[in-house]
Amino acid sequence: MPGLQLRNIRKAFKGTEVLAGVDLDVAPREFIAFLGPSGSGKSTLLRIVAGLETSDEGEVILDDRRIDTLPPGDRGVAMVFQHYALYPHMTVRENMAFGLKNARVPRAEIDGLVTDAARTLEIEELLDRKPAQMSGGQRQRVAIGRAIVKKPRLFLLDEPLSNLDAALRLRTRVELAQLRQRVDAGVIMVTHDQAEAMTLADRIVVFNDRRIQQVAPPMEIYSRPANSFVARFVGSPAMTIIPARLADGGAFASVLLGNGTRLDTQVPTDGLPGSGAVEIGMRPEGVRVCGQGQGTTDAEVQLVERLGERSLVYARLDDGAAITAEDAGTTSAKVGDRVGLSIDGAAAHLFGPDGTGYHRAAA
Amino acid sequence: MTSAERRWQGLLFVAPFLLLYLLILIYPLLRGLWLSLYQVDLFGGGTFVGLANYARLAADPVFGQSLINTFLVTLMIVPLLTVVALALALALNRATRSAAILRGVFFSSAVLSVTIVTLIWRFILAPDAGLLGELWTALGREPLPFLSAPNLVLPALAMTTIWWSVGFPMLLFLAGLQQIPQDMYEAAALDRASKWTTFWRVTLPSLRRTTILVVMLQTAAQLQIFGQSQLLTAGGPSGASRTAVLFLFETAFGRWELGYASAAAEILFLIILAVTLTQYMLTGRVRAGEDGR
Repeated sequence: MPGLQLRNIRKAFKGTEVLAGVDLDVAPREFIAFLGPSGSGKSTLLRIVAGLETSDEGEVILDDRRIDTLPPGDRGVAMVFQHYALYPHMTVRENMAFGLKNARVPRAEIDGLVTDAARTLEIEELLDRKPAQMSGGQRQRVAIGRAIVKKPRLFLLDEPLSNLDAALRLRTRVELAQLRQRVDAGVIMVTHDQAEAMTLADRIVVFNDRRIQQVAPPMEIYSRPANSFVARFVGSPAMTIIPARLADGGAFASVLLGNGTRLDTQVPTDGLPGSGAVEIGMRPEGVRVCGQGQGTTDAEVQLVERLGERSLVYARLDDGAAITAEDAGTTSAKVGDRVGLSIDGAAAHLFGPDGTGYHRAAA
Repeated sequence: MTSAERRWQGLLFVAPFLLLYLLILIYPLLRGLWLSLYQVDLFGGGTFVGLANYARLAADPVFGQSLINTFLVTLMIVPLLTVVALALALALNRATRSAAILRGVFFSSAVLSVTIVTLIWRFILAPDAGLLGELWTALGREPLPFLSAPNLVLPALAMTTIWWSVGFPMLLFLAGLQQIPQDMYEAAALDRASKWTTFWRVTLPSLRRTTILVVMLQTAAQLQIFGQSQLLTAGGPSGASRTAVLFLFETAFGRWELGYASAAAEILFLIILAVTLTQYMLTGRVRAGEDGR
């Protein structure tokens, strides 16, 4: 089977487990983002694929070849490091040629590959400079160029944009997206920036606590989070998740919030856990601010964030539950106001006692 | 507070160091220069003789031989010492307990006084009962008379000195090695670099500044080699291991010719200055750019 397969990867550092049996299939030419908080094991997994760490257990298979027993250079992967890791005493050209030289590629061929990659990345005029004579963005390109010339079957990017300033990060993100169209290889990118993951990846792998929490395309991660961790981690601002009780209902679940408000969701009753205690999750765009008494429930405004085209209103229900709502950019809501909240029950998510997510039936 | 006051206050902070510096470095330097123009002994006043001391030095074969010996022994010590220190640093640059212990062991010789060092090495080098002599005999060979053969005595001095001085350069190299970011080695591993290639293309270029520092410090230090030569062989046999500083010492405190000795000291000072400056210029073109990655 072409592509990358990870089978039951386990890893512990000095008795502390960091990966507890991870399985993952990556299709050829697929762009995968490893997303998760620090210490969730995502970087370790990338380094295991690269061969910079060895797994305690499990197999790494790339294009039908088991590679976890091979040295890093023989695996057919190329890596872009977070801090670039360029060789400071070599010129850009030498940096890019180093791996090819070590692989005994003929000189003429090396020159051609380096020139091509430099043209693609628009760094031709930098070829004779040394890393210290370049800006962070330029070094980043060289690091990418050094990976491209090797024509790997898989690119591994370790937080590639985290060292760039905000403007450059956006531009490089676009360029990465264009670049991946041109290379005939898969990409795995480690990031803790969900915007990067959402915009670049075909599928996102969400890590937390030594395990993969969910593997899915970006919009599915956003709209159908597998559990409450994914729901909270993806989306900015985070999804509001508050305790609720299941109420009697028909085919779709209805819940009672802590202050007694009843919400009718579109989550099918079938398969919901039996006990009545659940959590309900609402994205801010599913909760609108309206006049007092006109919405689903009333709340008191705690904080207003004006973002320009819209405002975020952080409010508190009578029972103290915090809830984030959206309003127009011209909102008149002020701290301390009592407002109504119109909650779109159809957009709400339910989470069982173990955190498992339940969503409206797929369209 | 006016800026003038602030300047004076700043000066007060550095005053203790400055005074000490003037007293124990600048004053003796000038005093030596002054002495070198006089014929003066340890007890009496002197007579001004101009450059006569320098003219005498130029014609003194003993001084000439001592300079040659000094250069030879420096040439034997510095390259080998640098390589040995680097090799030790490479071998001991790991976080294991045994490496930590061995780092201490190899550094320990540096804290010994030259008296102890030469005492130890006398036991090693002595042909009749020394360690090397015994070894040679065990191998069925005639023991080498390290301290009495004119062509073996400088290598013997060099060996002793390397053993004594290897600790500090080793520490400098260890510090240099730890400055090299780990991800550069990881990049090299992904670039299929062999261990050998990694050493030549990643490690060694990254240690360029450290190597220059070690060579410059050691050259300046070994051109002043003294204690080993005085205590191990007293400059013998027949001046074959007399170094420049030993010549100074003998002239000043053996023959009481302070002016003559000072002139020799000035010459040695100029030589060391010239060598160091040349090294600095030759290597000073380390492009400022090589810090970044």
